Amino acid sequence: MGDLPPRLKMVNIAKRFGTTQALNGVNLEVAAGEVHALVGENGAGKSTLMKVLAGVHRPDRGQMWLDGEPFMPHHPLEARRRGIAMIYQELSLAPHLSVMENILLGVEPARWGIIRWRQLREKACAALSELGLADLPLATPVQNLPPGHQQMVEIARAVVSQAKIVVLDEPTSSLAQQDVERLFTLIRRLRDRGLAVIYISHFLEEVHRISDRFTVLRDGETVGSGVTSDTPIPKIVSLMVGREVSELYPRRHRIRGPCILEVEGLTGIRKPVAASLRLHRGEILGIAGLVGAGRTELLRTIFGLDPVRAGDIRVGVFRGTATPGQRWRQGVGFLSEDRKREGLALSLSIAENITLPRVDHLGALGLVFPGREERMITRWIERFSIRCEHVRQPTWTLSGGNQQKVALARLFFADVDVLLLDEPTRGIDVGSKAQIYRLIVEAAEGGGGTSPKAVLMVSSYLPELLGLCDTIAVMSRGRLVACRPTEQWTEHTLMLAATGQDQENLINTP
Amino acid sequence: MWSSPWVTALGRFTALLAVFLFFAVLVEGGKFYTPRNLENILRQSAVYATAALGMTMIIIAGGIDLSVGSMIALSVVTVAWILDYHYTIAGSNGQEETVYLIHQWPVLLPWIALVAGVLVSVLAGFVNGVTVVGLRLVPFIVTLGTMGIFRGLAKGLAQEKDIYPREDTWLTRLMDPTLTSHDPHWRVWILPPGVWILIISAIVAALILRYTKLGRYIFAIGSNEETARLCGVPVGRVKIATYTLGGLFTGLAGLMQFSFIGGIGQPTSAIAYELFVIAAVVIGGGSLMGGQGSILGSVIGALIITILYMGGQQMGWPKWVQETVIGVIIIAAVVIDRLRQQSAT
Repeated sequence: MGDLPPRLKMVNIAKRFGTTQALNGVNLEVAAGEVHALVGENGAGKSTLMKVLAGVHRPDRGQMWLDGEPFMPHHPLEARRRGIAMIYQELSLAPHLSVMENILLGVEPARWGIIRWRQLREKACAALSELGLADLPLATPVQNLPPGHQQMVEIARAVVSQAKIVVLDEPTSSLAQQDVERLFTLIRRLRDRGLAVIYISHFLEEVHRISDRFTVLRDGETVGSGVTSDTPIPKIVSLMVGREVSELYPRRHRIRGPCILEVEGLTGIRKPVAASLRLHRGEILGIAGLVGAGRTELLRTIFGLDPVRAGDIRVGVFRGTATPGQRWRQGVGFLSEDRKREGLALSLSIAENITLPRVDHLGALGLVFPGREERMITRWIERFSIRCEHVRQPTWTLSGGNQQKVALARLFFADVDVLLLDEPTRGIDVGSKAQIYRLIVEAAEGGGGTSPKAVLMVSSYLPELLGLCDTIAVMSRGRLVACRPTEQWTEHTLMLAATGQDQENLINTP
Repeated sequence: MWSSPWVTALGRFTALLAVFLFFAVLVEGGKFYTPRNLENILRQSAVYATAALGMTMIIIAGGIDLSVGSMIALSVVTVAWILDYHYTIAGSNGQEETVYLIHQWPVLLPWIALVAGVLVSVLAGFVNGVTVVGLRLVPFIVTLGTMGIFRGLAKGLAQEKDIYPREDTWLTRLMDPTLTSHDPHWRVWILPPGVWILIISAIVAALILRYTKLGRYIFAIGSNEETARLCGVPVGRVKIATYTLGGLFTGLAGLMQFSFIGGIGQPTSAIAYELFVIAAVVIGGGSLMGGQGSILGSVIGALIITILYMGGQQMGWPKWVQETVIGVIIIAAVVIDRLRQQSAT
């Protein structure tokens, strides 16, 4: 760094919304040519801080410098002009436009308003090959690209627009392993070109691999920063949560009860292919696999959201296919991997979201008694420690972790026997994660007067599967290829099986 | 953080009061707040407001119904057609004689007309719902089509003329002024019967939305259809029920319109009413994205629209000014609503 001023310096930034002090004296210093990880639990203030940087919010106090010059953007456009590029979880591409049009969106080479297509193609091509992305098809509409490639288009656009700082917010949350590797290569390339990269992620293993330095936020304050390679992950975690997370995965011995879900040769429209499994009360069965392997489709087909083409499903005494409504009444609940698109009705209140599958619990003859509902739900909010002001508060006002707890509480309120959980801890903070793990384990153990439940859980986060599950099955290309007790798996063997290398344990394959 | 429904409702009342006071002050000689004028505002807005009840449910469920104006006309014509139903028989002296059903069943026929007038809209709403769900079409397109179809059927039934029923019945008097009436027996109603129908319907609609499974499902589908499906809500059936229920309220609005225009079956009446009705819902806080809206808000919205319309007339504004002002107010109301919500986040 030498005598050069840092690329970005934020000092004592504070921002308050109503009664919530979102930021309270945050310091952040990012050098040019480094990957700087910004970590913290949900609600710690990472997104607010980045919105201040992007000109969306104006801080109440504090100062910022960009390359040594005072920087205080009044609106997002100004921040963008000064070289701040934000790449959010939700991509902001024009889905119908082609790759090259998206890359040069807003800066198209044109004369008198007429686009000069040849120049546009050449420029886009040059930008992509410089970033090692020459294999992206220039003329394809971006909606036809897989999400990983879409993200790369967006990064290419940032580079073309002369960005000085690229902010990546949870860039890997929807990527398969190969795409993550590619993204990391790309990030290193950006760094070597002298850009500053701010990397926000909940996956601390990734943070450790990709970042040079890190800053930890907690409750709107900077609680630590340092050189990543000098700091072990548990140290970072304890900074984030303010305490040692001694037992993230509460594993106790569980007794396997009777079989409650039996799937035989289940085949969907494309996936799954001839999947068979048996799930017992008191068992947590994990399903590992790459993104796109068909794990989500397996759960959806069982639950009746996707059509069944062949095979048999037995839930307790019920046999055959069923609609989601019938599944809820049979005692099966489903937690979607996509909170925003499918999991929650965000404009509805916490209470309405939790009771939706079993509205009939709220009164006879199709009636609903809001007073009774509030009393019932208040209990669940306490048990799940959902941080909110009121049960009638719309769910969009909650943080990601609390939203996920609402979505999960739905299954507990409906008192289902079989919990189908799709990525139950995706994109949420460590504190909420620990809590959700505890709830899942409690459900499987039973106790408190309830019988043990059965959990079928899909996750891309291997430590979580290994820490939580009794049994892990691996899915690859729509097939369940291996199912073994957790003790017989390691992260390494799980990855091998998921990528189709684990030939000796194949089951259900011709 | 987020503001409670009561704060929101208070805001809308304030807007209503502001619009009213604006004209009350500006219209000369206090003519705007005479009992007669207040009554006229109520009578005029009752048609919009009643149709807006159904529209509120449809919009909360994430749909839209462009065919309400045509449905109102279809109900109006149906009522008049039944009241005017007649046939010819060979008379005793060999001449043909026209017999009016109303003369044979003077008590029963108005009731038949009432039920048929409402049912025809219920059926129309059902058709909208089934088409949207069964053919998986966007409600905008379906109801744009049925807007033409229902209007065409109304004109066909009336043979492209206004139907003047042979006798006036109590159906004609549903919307007659009460407070300013010279008939003491009529004055005991306090408000025109049509306005009472609106009040009862609004209470029923609000109760349905708040205290029934159906109401809960309507909100859920409009807020996020995928979530509703995941939670086992029978999405298709609920949508059909919503459009059908919308038809019921539109049918009641049709009865009021029949009376309001003087008890004639005019197939060209209520043209462009869908725009007023949708505007009332939107001013009342309904979101065309679904998941949001309230009965009380929509009724206030209908009142605001009517006051603007009538106030503008009484101010002697030219028609073009009136229309422009109403247009601006609709957009402004939605913008204010959004700003309010943004400041709440």
